[in-house]
Amino acid sequence: MITVDARGRSCPEPALLTRNALRQAGSGEVHVLVDTETARDNCTRVARREGWQVQVLEEDGTYHLVLKK
Amino acid sequence: MQRFFASRWGPITAGGIIGILAALLPLWGNPKNMGVCVACFERDIAGALGLHRNTAVQYIRPEITGFVLGALVAALLFREFRPRGGSAPIVRFLLGMFAMIGALVFLGCPWRALLRLAGGDLNALLALAGLVAGIGVGVLFMRAGYTLGRATPAPAVAGWILPALMVGLLLLAIFKPTFGEGLPIFASEKGPGSQHAALWVSLVVGLVVGFLAQRTRFCTMGAVRDVLLMGDTHLLGGVLALLLTAFLTNLVLTWTTGTPYVNFSFTNQPVAHSNHLWNFAGMALAGLSFALAGGCPGRQLFMAGEGDGDAALFVLGMIVGAGFSHNFSLAGVPDAVKENVYIVGGPSIYGQIAVGIGLAFCLILGFAARMRRQEVKR
Repeated sequence: MITVDARGRSCPEPALLTRNALRQAGSGEVHVLVDTETARDNCTRVARREGWQVQVLEEDGTYHLVLKK
Repeated sequence: MQRFFASRWGPITAGGIIGILAALLPLWGNPKNMGVCVACFERDIAGALGLHRNTAVQYIRPEITGFVLGALVAALLFREFRPRGGSAPIVRFLLGMFAMIGALVFLGCPWRALLRLAGGDLNALLALAGLVAGIGVGVLFMRAGYTLGRATPAPAVAGWILPALMVGLLLLAIFKPTFGEGLPIFASEKGPGSQHAALWVSLVVGLVVGFLAQRTRFCTMGAVRDVLLMGDTHLLGGVLALLLTAFLTNLVLTWTTGTPYVNFSFTNQPVAHSNHLWNFAGMALAGLSFALAGGCPGRQLFMAGEGDGDAALFVLGMIVGAGFSHNFSLAGVPDAVKENVYIVGGPSIYGQIAVGIGLAFCLILGFAARMRRQEVKR
């Protein structure tokens, strides 16, 4: 399983890292960690466009995105 | 509500409203095709503070304060205020300086390029082409792993510094203190700096724009970057909406006031020059600088309002860059008519060299600042 830690990264790095990880994985489960709402929304949008299901969990200001396909 | 802002219609609605307000500001007193121009307004602020002595462009523009405080209010209300920083601060400061130098060679930021086009100024086409080219180069670097490194959470007080500075500017604008004979605060008596809407009008428009833009992540650079990098048109809708509503508002103003607010031409445009090469090159430098810093000049103000200290440094870099631009004669000179001869303006040789230095800086940075391979995938 791939985990992308994009915390502290500025636009567009979280979205780009997420897309690359999703394409590398092809299917299964990919986890993404981000710490701004902008990155959360951008990564969610990228994942949905690539046909992945998105679940968002929040803990102490970190968003944990669980992406499944 | 939150879902609407994040939806496709969020940026479109924000862009549409911003376009109308930005087209109305010249009716209320701002220079033509300059309802909103982050670069021009920060340049005017730099002038008012005496960081440059071009007497035509000195005024503390309340719109800029409004942008930051509007974004701050939105961020606080929606619990998105996140003080952070530490991602290559000096690089961001220099990118801000070069972005400003490039924008002032063209005489406008991407926002004003759109508004100039909405007013029929065809020189904006060259600038927008330059913007896309600059962002395109930035996208190539991003694909190759360009990064300025991670920001880390900062103490809350750090996030309040730029908003506090903006409140300070507003107080200077309201009370207009003088610090001695021939010393700031300066205010232009003629030229673009003397043309402005009432303080409270500018402030309220700025607050509305800042609020909407923070919620929808409106970004003129990001709109182009996301299309080139990922085929994502989410932000582009907002930029096109701004262009459309500003144009339509200009048409309505032309019909209702009898004064032309749309004039399709390369020449005789307000606060503009028709030096095609340098309109393109200036904005190419600005576009590349914005791309490497992760946001257009408006977005940098909104992120600063969210507590982003790196964006705040970019903003300060732009203000200092404006000082350099006018002190060293780097900014573009508008076209002029002298003795019935139309003289095409543009940057001096110093401005041209400065654009070259800026592009060299950005290219070196783009090649040198790469993500380490093991950081890409864990």
